[in-house]
Amino acid sequence: MYAYDEIDRTLIDERVSEFRDQVKRRLSGELTEDEFKMLRLQNGVYLQLHAYMLRVAIPYGTLSSKQLRVLARIARRYDRGYGHFTTRQNIQFNWIKLAELPDALAELAEVDIHAMQTSGNNMRNVTSDQWAGVAPGEVEDPRIWSEILRQHTTLHPEFSFLPRKFKIAITASAHDRAAIKVHDIGLRLRKNAEGETGFEVLVGGGLGRTPFIARTIKPFVHGRDILSYVEAILRVYNQYGRRDNIYKARIKILVHELGIEVFAREVEDEWRQMRGSALMLDDSMIEEIRSRFFYPAYEKLPHMPDELKKAAHDPHFEAWRRNSVFTHKVQGYSIATLSLKPVGGPPGDATADQMEAIADLAEKYSFGEIRVGHEQNLVLPHVARRDLPALWKALDKIGVATPNVNLVSDIIACPGLDYCSLANARSIPIAQELTRRFADHDTANLIGRLHINISGCINACGHHHVGHIGILGVEKNDEEFYQITIGGRADEEARIGALIGPAVPYGEVADVIEDIVEAYLALRVRPDELFVDTVKRLGVEPFRERVYATR
Amino acid sequence: MTSPLQQKIRITGPSMVTANRAFDGVVIYRTAQQGWSANLSDAAIVRASDEARVLLNEANADDVGAIGAYIAPVEVGDDGVIKPGNLREHIRSAGVTIDLAAPAQP
Repeated sequence: MYAYDEIDRTLIDERVSEFRDQVKRRLSGELTEDEFKMLRLQNGVYLQLHAYMLRVAIPYGTLSSKQLRVLARIARRYDRGYGHFTTRQNIQFNWIKLAELPDALAELAEVDIHAMQTSGNNMRNVTSDQWAGVAPGEVEDPRIWSEILRQHTTLHPEFSFLPRKFKIAITASAHDRAAIKVHDIGLRLRKNAEGETGFEVLVGGGLGRTPFIARTIKPFVHGRDILSYVEAILRVYNQYGRRDNIYKARIKILVHELGIEVFAREVEDEWRQMRGSALMLDDSMIEEIRSRFFYPAYEKLPHMPDELKKAAHDPHFEAWRRNSVFTHKVQGYSIATLSLKPVGGPPGDATADQMEAIADLAEKYSFGEIRVGHEQNLVLPHVARRDLPALWKALDKIGVATPNVNLVSDIIACPGLDYCSLANARSIPIAQELTRRFADHDTANLIGRLHINISGCINACGHHHVGHIGILGVEKNDEEFYQITIGGRADEEARIGALIGPAVPYGEVADVIEDIVEAYLALRVRPDELFVDTVKRLGVEPFRERVYATR
Repeated sequence: MTSPLQQKIRITGPSMVTANRAFDGVVIYRTAQQGWSANLSDAAIVRASDEARVLLNEANADDVGAIGAYIAPVEVGDDGVIKPGNLREHIRSAGVTIDLAAPAQP
């Protein structure tokens, strides 16, 4: 956990006071909506179909039990008793009243949480691997660097009015759980030949209307230079990024239009002028941030304690353990994923009761720490393996132990037309129906790893382009239709999925997905050939034939 | 000369003006009494583009009470009952199409 210092705390307290005054002036009519809109967006407040929505940042996906309890309280006191975890390590509250927002933000500030820059054309929440600091083989904890970037870019005047929003993700593992290749800047921690820490820097990734996979512009930037290098990228973007057309304003378009080599050269020229400036991080600065992260005092524990041996006879526990429990870097401990994808439930939603129970369980079993992943699940990152059976029983009671992590019913979905003013079609009911179709755990395990991503419009908040199966809602003559893509992926081998054919109506989507899965089961050469690998080997055609032959 | 903004308003059937209430975001409908109501049944129904423009201008003038006013289609039954004219408006009027209270099924 990162502990705020007085500067951090003062900054968010002052921001709450400022916003309280802005809300007061808006409600009195002193500020028009046109004047107020940008101010509310800079504090994470959107207007959705039915109400205001507050998006709260969870930097690099790390929460304490205390913070999660306050999120639960916000859900209960100011909203309708639940929150929605997003694909960028935020939580959204869908029913907040404008007049009550300053009070909600003040309560969040008491536990060092804010909603600054969760909207608007600025630097958004810096995201990272939800296993940061506990993943075996990790170069080092990427959250240290995420925090350095968060501090540097929060309220940075030069980057508060960018051509468009800007997102950074950081990973330190070979397997990318942070989807860095679909971010404006993706950073991969690595060591150079001298053993020094630095970053491979990728730029120009993004989804939405024009999807691109990020490309490497520099294979190694030393850690001490990362602020100046990122700032050089942002300066080039700020200077040349298009402000005349919102659809062409993201950095991915600039990189594409200039070409990666020209863009890299521009960044290099800019960087040369500022590299040795005050932006250079010395070791003491990095250590100062590092020292504000607290790590658990792990015990020396056996890998296979008696409690685990005994529980292995329970097939339900074993199904959960095999699916949701992952190797920790410290012997005797595990990483446990909590599925927020119950059969028939809205993906990524958690009730206030669930959040409070999870906060208690984290305190009891995970050193008071919870993580949020971009797949819209939660993680307890430090669970002693002897505690796994007891933890599972408690998680099962509150409905977050569905053993479907990374399986077909672990669906990523945006709020869609049920909430969102931008959406063309609903996402959640499609996801709910699919979880019912694939509710049988044996079938889901037979299918194996398969990521379905659903977006209710081309803005792609559900990351449909990089789903193994992507579902995009569109509107045709006032009716909901869905385009299906296959073969996308969001990890270190990120690719954009390919369209299989014409859009299908709402009522046929689940049937089509079942057809695609059945085709895969018939086409795979062996049980461990993943869906996405079968698509890579065979292309779209056999799936297209299967889906459209009878339609 | 007609301004470009005026040219954009063209309705092809019965319509109403809707917005969100400024202080809490609740969906509201412009009434014939130059006020707002949270009930679609209270909405003023217009059938001509000129009428729609007037109603929208009135709505936009109330910047303190409402945000983002726009014209949306409705269906008016023989019995006079007003229904939303598309799925988006149906969801805004009736609420989300999912059960918020659905218990989790592990």
